[in-house]
Amino acid sequence: MELVDVTTLQTHLSSFENEAVYIHLETTNGAYASHFNENVFNSGAFVRNVQITYELAKVVGESPHRVGLKMTHGWVYAQGITHFEMDNEGRLLMAGHDQSGKLAVALQISRTPFSY
Amino acid sequence: MTIQSERHVLVVFPHPDDEAFGVSGTISHFRQEGTPVTYACLTLGEMGRNLGNPPFATRESLPEIRKKELQASAKAMGLDDLRMMGLRDKTVEFEDDEEMVQMMTTLIDETNPSLVITFYPNYAVHPDHEATARAVVRAIRRMDAADRPKLYAVAFANNTVDNLGEPDVIHDIQHMRDAKMGAMRAHISQTAWMLEEMDKRLAEGEPEAENWFTYERFYTYKWNQDFEESF
Repeated sequence: MELVDVTTLQTHLSSFENEAVYIHLETTNGAYASHFNENVFNSGAFVRNVQITYELAKVVGESPHRVGLKMTHGWVYAQGITHFEMDNEGRLLMAGHDQSGKLAVALQISRTPFSY
Repeated sequence: MTIQSERHVLVVFPHPDDEAFGVSGTISHFRQEGTPVTYACLTLGEMGRNLGNPPFATRESLPEIRKKELQASAKAMGLDDLRMMGLRDKTVEFEDDEEMVQMMTTLIDETNPSLVITFYPNYAVHPDHEATARAVVRAIRRMDAADRPKLYAVAFANNTVDNLGEPDVIHDIQHMRDAKMGAMRAHISQTAWMLEEMDKRLAEGEPEAENWFTYERFYTYKWNQDFEESF
């Protein structure tokens, strides 16, 4: 993965517009967060292999970036994206890593389903 | 205490590296004695968060890395019966409960263990650990009491000692130090920061850090205080 270059990432995001794609979206503060600090409220969300079609995609903000996908009837967005990679299967993988190297958020787009 | 001899040991945990910190010395000891050990690892740790910055892996490349680390850990422990059960990290508690019990029953029927090691229900913190522990306890509970294998459970919730007291099974595994270090280092993508912390504490002369390589502690599951009445 490499640090987000807005122009390059925007080009990749736009290349999936108006076609059915599979997405992976997750955010987490880790299963142990409230074990190590009881003041932490453990939360997270995980979506994998839900199919959507978006008409517009945008990457905005200084790093960490926000990425939003506009659909006919709704939105998908992720906050905290720092890195991205167009992998060798043509999938756009985006991730947000905190200073200690822990993954905090991921948003991925693929024309074929991600592995189960 | 002396580690009791066993006919066959079955270890059931959900994540690659769950075995490394608490059980790898014990597994290595049994293997050195020639005791068969089966390790059923339910997932490939697909949701691991320690990917580094800059990241060394993506969400999609991580499972293959962790699979190789798990195989390397098994090798370090001398373990030759590693079962990868094909569930997905952080989804174990959402699987069908009866199918989970059947998975454990099948493993037990096939390996006929005299000892099973898993987590202690309600004292294992991570939802995958809890779901794994529930399924193992339920499977063994269904057996006739006379046929049940011993059940050693790992517990590390913050209220463990308050509620369960001190562990009643303490394995001195100092003679397995190298094997245990090998297992922990095999899972380097997840254990690097803990090993760094440990090296620092050892360098500062803190004996507490020796514990991973001195003793492994378990609770014999208390069937007279079962975590649920039935399932």
